[in-house]
Amino acid sequence: MAAGVATWLPFARAAAVGWLPLAKKTMPKPPVDNSSRSDEILYLNVSGVRFQTWKNTLDRYPDTLLGSSEKEFFFNEDTEEYFFDRDHEMFRHILNFYRTGKLHYPRHECIQAFDEELAFYGIVPEIIGDCCMEEYRDRKKENQERLAEDTEANESMDAPLPPDSTPRERLWRAFENPHTSTMALVFYYVTGFFIAVSVIANVVETVPCRPPEGRVKDLPCGEKYQLAFFCMDTACVLIFTFEYLMRLFAAPSRCKFMRSVMSVIDVVAIMPYYIGLVMPENEDVSGAFVTLRVFRVFRIFKFSRHSQGLRILGYTLKSCASELGFLLFSLTMAIIIFATVMFYAEKGTKGSTFTSIPASFWYTIVTMTTLGYGDMVPNTIAGKIFGSICSLSGVLVIALPVPVIVSNFSRIYHQNQRADKRRAQQKVRLARIRMAKKGTTNAFLQYKEDRGLRGRDSDSTALCVKNRSAFEHQHHHLLHCLEKTTNHEFTDEMTYSELCMTESVGFRTSRSTSLSSQQGAQNNPTGCCPRRARRRAAMRLANSTASVSRGSVQELDTLHIKTTSIPPQTRSSLNAQADNLKLNCGEQDFTAAIISIPTPPANTPDESLPPSPAPIPGILRNTRATAFTHETVKISSL
Amino acid sequence: MGAVVGTLTMQTKQRRPSRDKADDDLEMTMVCHRPEGLDQLEAQTNFSKRELQVLYRGFKNECPSGVVNEDTFKQIYSQFFPHGDASTYAHYLFNAFDTGHTGSIKFEDFVTALSILLRGSVTEKLQWTFNLYDINRDGYINKEEMTDIVRAIYDMMGKYTYPALKNDAPKQHVDAFFQKMDKNRDGVVTLDEFILSCQEDENIMRSLQLFENVI
Repeated sequence: MAAGVATWLPFARAAAVGWLPLAKKTMPKPPVDNSSRSDEILYLNVSGVRFQTWKNTLDRYPDTLLGSSEKEFFFNEDTEEYFFDRDHEMFRHILNFYRTGKLHYPRHECIQAFDEELAFYGIVPEIIGDCCMEEYRDRKKENQERLAEDTEANESMDAPLPPDSTPRERLWRAFENPHTSTMALVFYYVTGFFIAVSVIANVVETVPCRPPEGRVKDLPCGEKYQLAFFCMDTACVLIFTFEYLMRLFAAPSRCKFMRSVMSVIDVVAIMPYYIGLVMPENEDVSGAFVTLRVFRVFRIFKFSRHSQGLRILGYTLKSCASELGFLLFSLTMAIIIFATVMFYAEKGTKGSTFTSIPASFWYTIVTMTTLGYGDMVPNTIAGKIFGSICSLSGVLVIALPVPVIVSNFSRIYHQNQRADKRRAQQKVRLARIRMAKKGTTNAFLQYKEDRGLRGRDSDSTALCVKNRSAFEHQHHHLLHCLEKTTNHEFTDEMTYSELCMTESVGFRTSRSTSLSSQQGAQNNPTGCCPRRARRRAAMRLANSTASVSRGSVQELDTLHIKTTSIPPQTRSSLNAQADNLKLNCGEQDFTAAIISIPTPPANTPDESLPPSPAPIPGILRNTRATAFTHETVKISSL
Repeated sequence: MGAVVGTLTMQTKQRRPSRDKADDDLEMTMVCHRPEGLDQLEAQTNFSKRELQVLYRGFKNECPSGVVNEDTFKQIYSQFFPHGDASTYAHYLFNAFDTGHTGSIKFEDFVTALSILLRGSVTEKLQWTFNLYDINRDGYINKEEMTDIVRAIYDMMGKYTYPALKNDAPKQHVDAFFQKMDKNRDGVVTLDEFILSCQEDENIMRSLQLFENVI
């Protein structure tokens, strides 16, 4: 991707022609650029590895890159070969496709890398031979699932709330993600506690307690301490009702919420109580009332909000619906068959318990699941033979779909674990990137200084200017043109907030007063990181020139990582930067786009006072702290 | 019993292929475009063969399918302006490049536009710029179009600028522009007015030569 970014730069610069009629100021000068048939055997040089093949071989597939005239774009006239800057190991497979007509998928390669190579050479993946097609398909599906999980995880509510969210949205988020605020966490644990209390109360109230005075029979505890249990039940139901109403109020889509499973469980958990309150103490109706109390046990399902494992189990059962359905269907068939057979086999015997086919169902189920209660036993020889066949086949029928369900559960469980792990890693990764971001602004502002200095002291600046790549030069020139077009300049967040402050207070022109403005910046409530303010103070003390280095924390579209090597006199408050050095060494999981040459410590230009260019004097100009070596590793988001 | 179970398992297997067909449809949507020959492009544009080679290699690397759609275009362009939001301006640029209004830029479009911008005559460059500003391609630039463009350019600057961006900065800029360009004060700028006004302005003429050595 490095070539891509650099190659699009000319286009971006050309498009700058569109700014010219609008420009308020004159454009700066651009940086100086010094820098461009019978059957024959073709030479293909792929990253230094030379391949040779007949021209006819390549012509076999004229709708691909190598087979069409498109490869002429890659012809190098000096060496008379076609040069491709791609992976030579994968090119082997591509070339073999032309030779044998079959495309194979190398199993040790990453599926995405392989897909990209295929796309580059214009080969459709469908041509992959049967031998490798299944593997390719599986890995592709797995990859897509993983990417889908990633996007889902990103959209999930771990992201911080937008600052202008209504209390309703905040409430909903607190309910869905309890660990976002302490209040939500407290509420989460309280509801969990009350669910447990409610379930235990339901269980305990049926346990027989010692009877009170004047009675002989044991009473269930529920009747002995009726008032206590009623109060406990009331308290739990109140909490549950309150929670349900709050969730209903906070839900972004009330209809969808009311139809969701958890909401139904909530309703079923609290309804029996209210119905019991409303219904009169009638003997006839109380039978139905007792049945209703059974529904109270559904409160235990409310735990699924608190336990991820329960949710996974539920989700597994849902996703294995077809396997479960098959299990049920085959069991039913087997039960009917065996029950019929057993019934007719045992029909003749006297006192047989197999009174009808439905009655035999019970025997068949108990036998097939290898329970064997022994309340119904065959007596005839035929019955015993069929009974044994029944128990043997029962083991098989049940054992068949179970591994499928188990593997489904295992897959989903591991997916979940992976998602959690990835989310945690992502947070760390983003935190590192954010800490290390001292992006292009710094380099660009340095460039602008250098241009200002160029007039004064060309020899000393020439050294540091030369070491920046041509790409950077041109990029900076482009940004400079944009500044001239709009007649505004790029700055960073620190200076911007300072300027907002100073505009209200009045301009400070002297350097001494600028020091106090630094202190003022420390108390700036607009979110200047105190660490940065401390660092700036530390830098001041470290460099007697009272220079200040700007840190930029702007969110960049591209990800930039800078490793800085810090001189030994840094304070502990600069640990953040020191961490960057350690963390960024050997980072493998970024596609590094451009690695520019490290700029030498810009010693001399910093000692001299930089002239303030055209804009208003008195604004702090950036003088870089000494002894910083920058290695800019730019990462393209493409 | 085993035969029964066996027939049941066979039935479930046949259900799979229908699911695969959906995947096939997804995979087949790879669009591939190949540009015309190198010689033809050399004839049509002001680039040499070597330059075209260089251009194509980069283009192909970035877009193996041979076309750039708008999202990719915005992504690419935004990389050069990390401070602000370049997507609006990239959108207008995309429309200017995509002369055939196909929704995607092929290599020929890309190279044709570059040829005009870098190697074209002054009139051609100004005409291209006029087309860029004229969003609805009606031959006139009115104040709304210009305001959109200018706002898009200011968006690229981002939030942290010196001096701080005021809300009416684009509007002022547009007013200044119209003062200069709209000769007959009819509220719109036509191509001729535009070219004339630009030719009168020395700054613009001089800066048009700036970008010639880009490749």
